[in-house]
Amino acid sequence: MYREYADRNFTIVAVALDTGGPDAVHPFVRPQEPIVVPAPMQAIMSWSPEQYAAAAAPTYPCLIDEKHVVAELYDMKNVPMAVWIDEEGRIVRPAEPAGATDGFRSMDRKTFTIPSDVVEAGRASRARYTAALRDWIEHGAQSRFVLSEDDARARAGGPTATDALAAASFKLGQCLREQGRPELAKPWFDEAARLCPDRWTYFRQALQLEEVGKASGPEFVAKLRALGERRYYDEIRLE
Amino acid sequence: MGITLIYDGRACGVSSAVESGDDLWLSFEDLTAASGWEHKPEGLCLGDRCVPIPPARESEFIAAGDRFNLAAFARYLDQPVVHDETASVWLFGESALVRGQALRSLEAPDFRLPDLDGREHALSDYRGKKVLLLSWASW
Repeated sequence: MYREYADRNFTIVAVALDTGGPDAVHPFVRPQEPIVVPAPMQAIMSWSPEQYAAAAAPTYPCLIDEKHVVAELYDMKNVPMAVWIDEEGRIVRPAEPAGATDGFRSMDRKTFTIPSDVVEAGRASRARYTAALRDWIEHGAQSRFVLSEDDARARAGGPTATDALAAASFKLGQCLREQGRPELAKPWFDEAARLCPDRWTYFRQALQLEEVGKASGPEFVAKLRALGERRYYDEIRLE
Repeated sequence: MGITLIYDGRACGVSSAVESGDDLWLSFEDLTAASGWEHKPEGLCLGDRCVPIPPARESEFIAAGDRFNLAAFARYLDQPVVHDETASVWLFGESALVRGQALRSLEAPDFRLPDLDGREHALSDYRGKKVLLLSWASW
């Protein structure tokens, strides 16, 4: 999509919230071998082979945010989330899940399959989001997906004092890591996750620092399950 | 052992700093070097903004006429303050109020981050284009 619209005054700026830095991000942005996406996720994403090839070698800026600064500035509590910013640097849609849905939670952990109706719903959600994005790129402020300032403001909300404390704790953890003191850093990452249990970026990043892969491990699965009827990705209200 | 102070994302060694529980006392010189806040007759000033110190509470913030308690001042401004006792690192974050006001202004907050080759990009480099700011993670 970036290639299609690169000459239409549009760009993607991708930000990897990765305390692990370039080493953690590199295999995804410049893979030595093709990335294997599980079949049910492929079905939801419904990409062509060309789209996979393009996604594996992005030509738009891919930035690395070790302190999760962008998550704090734009109030993103999960990934992937996206913000639409217009030519004047105004936010026309605050952070929201970029088409992602809770469909993956229906995956059977033994067979790695997802019920076909859930696959279809996931695919439809992504398609709706992409269509909205195309509409904005083509019609700008006239697009019906550009929120009014009042709506955008209401959705932007704002952090609580606890959120601010959690963000500070997380950043302190990362500073201690940079000083070569991971054993002191860990309690601060855990503190951020404890203060804001619904901010998954803290919880999963803290797990991943313990061991690569742990962010999707048993602790994550258990916490997901404990959500019950509550959502992992917020509902996307396109209009 | 030296004390490190991180204010506005900028780290600074502060030789004059003295820790006392949740308080951090600095010389006025170090205060300005580390945080930008300057002690003036009208109060504490950062750029155009001045915050008067309530006379009745002056002793919480100023001691011996030349030492300033930055931690107490940050709490007064509702800024989050966290410190690691073992490493003697103090981090001062942004208050929820300031962050919320910034979000509701709908001005996209600028940031500067490196790409995989270490080249820095600012969001504002892309002014004049529509930007889809997309977060993801390797985990």
